[in-house]
Amino acid sequence: MRSFGDYVRARRASLRKGDRSFSVRQVAQRIGVEPSFLSKVEREEVPPPSEEKIVALAKELDEDPDVLLAMAGKVSSDLKRAILKRPELFAGLIRELKHLPDRAVLRLVREVRDGKW
Amino acid sequence: MIELDKDEMVVSFPDVHPSAELRLDFQRTLRIPDDDKLYPLPAGLGRFPLRHVDDFEARVPAPWIAHGGVMLPMYQSEALWIDFSGDYPMAVKIAAGKINAVTGKAWSDALQKKPQDYVVATLQPWLDGYCVEKGVIRQFVAMPLGSGYSAEEQITGEAKYGGLQIIVYPMKREIYRQTFESRKVVEFAGVPFYSAPSRGLAGAALRGMGLAPGGRMRQEIYDDPFDFSDWDTDHAARCFVHLANSMTWRAIVGEAPPTVPFTAAEYQRHRVHWFDYYAEGSSALPGAGVLNKLLSVVQMGKKKNDAPLPDNDSIEVGKVVELRKGLKDGQVREGRF
Repeated sequence: MRSFGDYVRARRASLRKGDRSFSVRQVAQRIGVEPSFLSKVEREEVPPPSEEKIVALAKELDEDPDVLLAMAGKVSSDLKRAILKRPELFAGLIRELKHLPDRAVLRLVREVRDGKW
Repeated sequence: MIELDKDEMVVSFPDVHPSAELRLDFQRTLRIPDDDKLYPLPAGLGRFPLRHVDDFEARVPAPWIAHGGVMLPMYQSEALWIDFSGDYPMAVKIAAGKINAVTGKAWSDALQKKPQDYVVATLQPWLDGYCVEKGVIRQFVAMPLGSGYSAEEQITGEAKYGGLQIIVYPMKREIYRQTFESRKVVEFAGVPFYSAPSRGLAGAALRGMGLAPGGRMRQEIYDDPFDFSDWDTDHAARCFVHLANSMTWRAIVGEAPPTVPFTAAEYQRHRVHWFDYYAEGSSALPGAGVLNKLLSVVQMGKKKNDAPLPDNDSIEVGKVVELRKGLKDGQVREGRF
């Protein structure tokens, strides 16, 4: 897997080609960090930012927050809470599934979702 | 839990019993003429495609995402029936626009015995429409929500939900074991719970659609032969089936919609069979007064000075295949081969 800083820099640079508002300064402003900090994150001179900032960055760069969090070596708080609530069940499930191909895993999670009506 | 498998809805309760599975498929069919004659059952003309609404979040109305569930494409004035298959008894409540198709009452999740507001699958092998009289249904016909034709709009005065709503309850595990497993009996009242007979071919706006009452058809909605306490009301699975207009299907899912439906004249010309189904030993529900008072699509069209159904001329019914007529308890049905 590509490193977090490298991936964010490449994605932002790619977006900047079509839209100048994806400069380091403007993206940093929009997610609420100092431009120098974002620049250091991209150069991997500092560790990745907090979960909240990574989620904001994912939204800004139109990326999946869970994927960016994983690149940063983190798991989102809602997933953490879910696992901690039933640790045996989820630990067992993940160990069971870890070697299955994607299509087999998807088959397990493609339950039709019921909503409010 | 509910999953989709090749355009079929699969409802299963693995924590109740390994065999507790019911398959529902939504069949395209001939829209019978809405002329107040009584028609037999038309054939199934293939499944409607079924998709998760969540997969098309950006292109479906926001309430669809709130409702969750699945969607299928229907042309305006196209008809649909629901085919049940499985060997484990299930109580199935079905509503259109949150109006119960058996009782005409507003939706509730809970099962009700008096009056019975559900069907027993697969003693009831299929459902084609609103239960208006004993042994008579009015066919489910898609009309744009907001046009005033749907049962929902006629009863509530609102075009709020559209679509179909389904909730399934399995039989209690211990009752299934006693009734079916221990005696090795796989039928009830002479009707196997597996292998529902085949009714296959023998031979606009993003708002969505609602189901209106169409032509009259012979179909009995069977009385529940089990004790009400046999149903496991601690386990249920429910699903909202949204009806997208076929004209917008490509814009939503990027796939071509199904071909335009058969007209009655084409059905007659191709000599497609009709069907009558007999579950001897089973009694039929009386039908709901409130549903019987609804205006059919043509009757409502006249009131609105509108002609909503193209190709609505009466037709002569061709060959009628009688399914299970005269079969005794336990007698195996011979199929078509």
